[in-house]
Amino acid sequence: MRALHAALAFLIGDPQADRMVPPAGFTVTLTVFTSAAMAFLAVFALALSLASGRLAERWGDDLAKSATIRISAPADQIEDQTRAALRVLETTPGVAEARALSDEDQRVLLEPWFGPDLPVDQLPIPRLIEVIAEGDGYDATGLRLRLQAEVPGAVLDDHAAWRRPLVEAAGRLRALGWLAILLIGGATGAMITLAANAALAANAQVIAVMRLVGARDNYIAGAFVRRFTLRAAAGALGGTVLGVLTLVILPRGGGDDETGVLTGLGLSGLQWGWTLVIPPLAAAVAFLATRAAARRSLQRLS
Amino acid sequence: MIELENVAYSYGYAGGELLTEISLKLAPGSFHFLTGPSGAGKTTLLKLLYGALVPTAGHLRLWGQDIRAMSRDDIAILRRKVGVVHQDCRFLDHLPVAENVALPLTVSHQGGPDQAQNLSDLLGWVGLTARADALPPELSGGERQRAALARAVIMSPEIVLADEPTGNIDWEMSQRLLHLLVELNRMGKTIMIATHDLQLIRAAKSQVQARVLRISNRRVQLAGADL
Repeated sequence: MRALHAALAFLIGDPQADRMVPPAGFTVTLTVFTSAAMAFLAVFALALSLASGRLAERWGDDLAKSATIRISAPADQIEDQTRAALRVLETTPGVAEARALSDEDQRVLLEPWFGPDLPVDQLPIPRLIEVIAEGDGYDATGLRLRLQAEVPGAVLDDHAAWRRPLVEAAGRLRALGWLAILLIGGATGAMITLAANAALAANAQVIAVMRLVGARDNYIAGAFVRRFTLRAAAGALGGTVLGVLTLVILPRGGGDDETGVLTGLGLSGLQWGWTLVIPPLAAAVAFLATRAAARRSLQRLS
Repeated sequence: MIELENVAYSYGYAGGELLTEISLKLAPGSFHFLTGPSGAGKTTLLKLLYGALVPTAGHLRLWGQDIRAMSRDDIAILRRKVGVVHQDCRFLDHLPVAENVALPLTVSHQGGPDQAQNLSDLLGWVGLTARADALPPELSGGERQRAALARAVIMSPEIVLADEPTGNIDWEMSQRLLHLLVELNRMGKTIMIATHDLQLIRAAKSQVQARVLRISNRRVQLAGADL
């Protein structure tokens, strides 16, 4: 409650104190532009991070729920082994569904490589069983051991080998997004510090007069801090709106999340709410950067 | 009120102390002139008196408090008890005269209807009622000095320090400003004017009992009877 009161008092400000610092100066444009540009970039970094997070989750969840059993056996044994494998799967906890792919299904799968006329029934192609897991999934190690004992030609492929690097890559992309947001915050702070230092140096005479009439350091610093904070917030608001509009008009990949980050860069549902955090965050960075710069300058000018 | 005991001050660069062994007491209601050649340390001594500088040696007590024991905020608040008029006046050029004069009230959050009347009376006293809305660069030298004096006294300080207040104005304006300072002294304010204008000092001595101090050889001495 006290913090809210302090925040409100800061926003309302002291109009007379605000008037003491001359309104003109290049630092106005610099602060507003920097905040707008950084907020715009922050929207994209946020979208990248959240989109890659969604992707990682999707790959992690969906692929973990599916597996393939490949049965390689002499032609006269392949049907028996397929039935044996299906029996094993029926009694395996965590398996929701298991289906042996028909010749037609396998022909369709191979069609992109071998064309539509592939004589599947005449080739020694392994039989595939599609396995769909439920709940927390099945025990892959246990299933492998049972298949090894009961179906010698069966090999379980739970997609872990190629799923892991994809999920890791998406996770790294997400971390990169957050790192970008941190760097953007740091760069915003550095630029606003430079602008605040320039404004303080340009207003050394104003500071001298305020000191002469008995103004305390907090009062003098406050006049600058509030100005820079509000400018940064305004710039960041503009940059965020622009960033959100750009995200909205970006081309979509037909709602297919697996198309990846390139066409899936965007926000969904409540994730849009995260963009509301950017302007107050930029204002907080500006507040801290200007306050530190003002304190240093006032110490130096004393 | 303000007491200096063996105070010395050095700006830190080669050349040693600018002021040394300064012992001085400004009693309530007293009137002082501080004179000496350019570069003797008049402005530095005034800065010490209003806490803009801290002595490098000795003791400076402002209303009984040693300045070295005071925080920056304490000094800022204490500075409201000291009115200062500079030769260059030091205004915020983007604010009108009335707002500049009211600055000490603004920074101490004392603005209000009573103070508005006070401000109006004060502008009338220094003859600037008609110039209240003008910006400082639009004022003449004499008007600027009177505005600076109004700002210096708006908080009803106990001491008024003036650093070469007549340096940029003609004799007639100097007389008018001196008259206002003498008037303040008659109200009980302590006045110290740093100046090298001997004519001004002689004119003041005919109106008020003033002590003339001279900075010579880095020390403050009582000036001779010729002044």
